[in-house]
Amino acid sequence: MNIAKQFDTLWYQGASLAFVATVTGAALAIASQATGPRIAEAQARKTQAALAEVLPRNSFDNDLMADTVAVKDTNGRTVTVYRARKAGVVTGVVFGMENKGYSGTIKLVMGVDRGGRLTGVRVTGHTETPGLGDKIEIVKTPWVLSFNGRSLDNPAPAQWAVKKDGGIFDQFAGATITPRAVVNAVKRGLDLYAAQQATMLGEPAASAAPQS
Amino acid sequence: MSEACASAAADSVPAKPTPPAGPNYGALMKDGLWSNNPVLAQMIGLCPTLAVTGNATNGLGMGLATTAVLVLSNMLIASIRNLVSPNVRIPVFVALIASLVTLIDMSMNAWMYELYQVLGLFIALIVVNCAILGRAEAFACKNPVTAGAVDGFAMGLGFTLTLVVLGGIREILGSGTLFAGASQMFGPAFHVLEVTLIHDYKGFLMMILPPGAFFVIAFLIAGHRVIEQRAAKRAAAAQAPLPDGAHA
Repeated sequence: MNIAKQFDTLWYQGASLAFVATVTGAALAIASQATGPRIAEAQARKTQAALAEVLPRNSFDNDLMADTVAVKDTNGRTVTVYRARKAGVVTGVVFGMENKGYSGTIKLVMGVDRGGRLTGVRVTGHTETPGLGDKIEIVKTPWVLSFNGRSLDNPAPAQWAVKKDGGIFDQFAGATITPRAVVNAVKRGLDLYAAQQATMLGEPAASAAPQS
Repeated sequence: MSEACASAAADSVPAKPTPPAGPNYGALMKDGLWSNNPVLAQMIGLCPTLAVTGNATNGLGMGLATTAVLVLSNMLIASIRNLVSPNVRIPVFVALIASLVTLIDMSMNAWMYELYQVLGLFIALIVVNCAILGRAEAFACKNPVTAGAVDGFAMGLGFTLTLVVLGGIREILGSGTLFAGASQMFGPAFHVLEVTLIHDYKGFLMMILPPGAFFVIAFLIAGHRVIEQRAAKRAAAAQAPLPDGAHA
């Protein structure tokens, strides 16, 4: 054990620290390079699948991720809108909305067809109380399906609320704030669609025009 | 030099020092599963333990991910134990373990994306799990690679079992189910694990929220201690009448 004699020398300790730092740093850099594209690809696939979930089956044949437009909502927040096209014609759009829930922000994606009817709503992230507020997740209860087919005039604007507030959407026992936040977010999303419909459905710049 | 590592390790680990076991794998397993259980006896790694055990399924996922990392990190540390100066061992171990966990995180994300969706959350939490560094300090840095692997496996299994029991108790009391969501996490085959024990249960929310974790783990630790004390008393009683007894 010759090497053990060097343990108390400064050069050995410094060199071993430098060596470990170099090796681990290099390993992480190489791994990051090697896995980066695959991770990005997997995440893109996941986003695509999540977007596809709020659109009717067979309603689009394009790459949703590649056909986007940015619009500003009334709060000045930039919303990325993904367009669903079938044979080049826009059949619907998907975009994300968020609202403050009982604890933290609730994020959701919603699909809207050309006529302004909801094709689906999914909650993609939240920190609501487990067992109470998490019923907005599709894996817990089918509550979010109650939005399917709704639009700004179905129900009437006054009834776009949970039952406790005189609306038509169910609240959960012990949790009203969470579903209220979701209903409001979806309503705001529909308002946004109504206000920006032309931008959302429009062709992406002039480049697509010559093809048709 | 291995003594330097041992003496330094003794003051940083509150529980019983690991005996300088040779390849006594049975003792290693018993240590990890019960007498020196990472949660119940050493009380390390409590932060992820308390955070994820709202149900038994999450406890199982966290336990399995930790076991895999523990085995690998123990083997890595054991294999370089004769090259590391005791004076700089902690930064070396921290750098190696953090890189190892990050590498696992990135590889799983790239090549096992489905599994990563499920366990990814836990992998990130493992970086801050001091059970990993604790075992490197207390065991792997003074034992050969195979013993390190067995110790990592035993400790990981003990960790997993404790988390499943803790999560199971909280889940039964809190929502009346057991292993809810197991099929979403581990595949449809695990649907058989999912049981609804109490139908139309109104729920006992506090057990699912963080305070419930503290209550249940307090009872588990107390129970572990009572059983250990009874066993020690019985062993002492059995020895007393036979001063030169055969059971020394």
